[in-house]
Amino acid sequence: MRAAGRLAGEFFWLALPFAVVGVGWELIALAGVFPVKLFPTVEVVLAALLRLSVSGIIWVNTEGTLVRLVLGFLLAAAVGVILGIAMGRYRWVEDVFMPIVSIGYPIPGLAYAPLFVLWFGLGDLSAILLVGAASCFVVIINTWKGVKAVKTVWIRAAESMGASGPQMFRKIMLPAALPFILAGLRLGLAQAWRILVAVEMLMSVSHGLGWMIFGAQQFLDTEVMLSGIVMIGLIGLLLEKQVFERIERYTVVRWGMIAA
Amino acid sequence: MSAAARRFAWPGFLRGVAGLLVILCAWEAFARSGLFSTALTPPLGAIASELWKLLLDGSMIRNALCTLGRVLLGLGISCAIGIPLGMLMGRVRPVERFFMPLVSVLMPVPSLAWVPLFILWFGIGNMTTIIVVTYAAMFPIVHNVWTGVRAVNPLWIRAARAMGAPSRAMFWKVVLPGSLPYLMTGIRLSFGRAWIAVIGGELLANPDTGLGRVIFDAKEFLDSPVMLSALIVIGALGLLFERVVFQALENRTVARWGMVSAASR
Repeated sequence: MRAAGRLAGEFFWLALPFAVVGVGWELIALAGVFPVKLFPTVEVVLAALLRLSVSGIIWVNTEGTLVRLVLGFLLAAAVGVILGIAMGRYRWVEDVFMPIVSIGYPIPGLAYAPLFVLWFGLGDLSAILLVGAASCFVVIINTWKGVKAVKTVWIRAAESMGASGPQMFRKIMLPAALPFILAGLRLGLAQAWRILVAVEMLMSVSHGLGWMIFGAQQFLDTEVMLSGIVMIGLIGLLLEKQVFERIERYTVVRWGMIAA
Repeated sequence: MSAAARRFAWPGFLRGVAGLLVILCAWEAFARSGLFSTALTPPLGAIASELWKLLLDGSMIRNALCTLGRVLLGLGISCAIGIPLGMLMGRVRPVERFFMPLVSVLMPVPSLAWVPLFILWFGIGNMTTIIVVTYAAMFPIVHNVWTGVRAVNPLWIRAARAMGAPSRAMFWKVVLPGSLPYLMTGIRLSFGRAWIAVIGGELLANPDTGLGRVIFDAKEFLDSPVMLSALIVIGALGLLFERVVFQALENRTVARWGMVSAASR
């Protein structure tokens, strides 16, 4: 009985903010602060969301966005981890790439967008390359830090016990640097997600949530735009709860093991 | 000053310069090889002279100031809203329970997804860009202040209470300084986000000026030297803020009060 009451309380507190915002939204829409076409009521948005998901339009676009996210992120992860490890291990690689990484890191990936359009044309290739380029810097820097942070005592111990090159890498370097690498991958995925939608708007890809929002703007289809944002929010929330927090928990566990 | 000069590591600096030279030579070789048209990958000389020209006639500086102004204004607004909200969320339980679900739903939505909608609501131009920057900068500040307030050492709060601190003194002398390292981190993160959002906003929402606008206009004329010059300025400004401004701010406040080590442990 008490547990049920607590559950109801939890539900109340979860529902309350959204109910308040929904009612506020509805009032603004009905009061006519903005034209109705630009600020549709909640039920119109929900109806549009239903219509788009029944006809499958929103799923096609979601799929496009997710495929681009995964490909761009994999590119960033591969380049970032390999380059980061090489920079941490070999002094000359670090010397050559460190200046370019520290200059490239603070440039927002989107600023390259027009340049990438000129270099690689409009469409998927540019979009994926751009997402990869924008999110690889944080992976590089974290991987490099992780490799640098491996305790010299461990390396010397392994060396004196006659560990071979590959063994040293697999048994010492990789496990010790793993928490940093995972943290970098997490940040890289978040970065990729943050710019992907805008990239889709600028690169005129054939489908994708960003493209859907941008296209709907041309027809003043505000409810479709808001449906797109709702979908983006859902994916983002899922990434946050299912992927990031899981990685973080895993990282923390690894940290605990390493500290012990 | 003398301490900074003594700490300056010449060998490291020279190695960095050598690395940069290798990269620049690689670019120059690629540009001259003709794999891409030189209109797309201009040689270094063309970029440098274009950058110099734009700096001299003042247009680059004017555009950079516009972009920077938008970022700082957006950052200021999000501090003005985000810091009190984060504090309240950290200290008052109902406020936390009300806003936390909203924050966690809105936080993962990239700010740039809102741009087309904001354009319909607020028109193209400055207003939309600044609102997007504010949106992007808001969440790291709220989240970090909220975390910071809850992370204040409870011992300090109990000690202050036991010594009979009134609630105002408690706030100004204990909670605020105690959560300051987190606030600093939040503002730093926010600046990074705002810096991305402002360029995206300028590309999509078309205000008259700004570095993003320079890149976008130059693309129409296939003027890659101008685009690359603007990229260099964007990178230099970002680096300047991250390394110089925020580092100095941190040294002046948090590190001087001996908070950083306490917070990071």
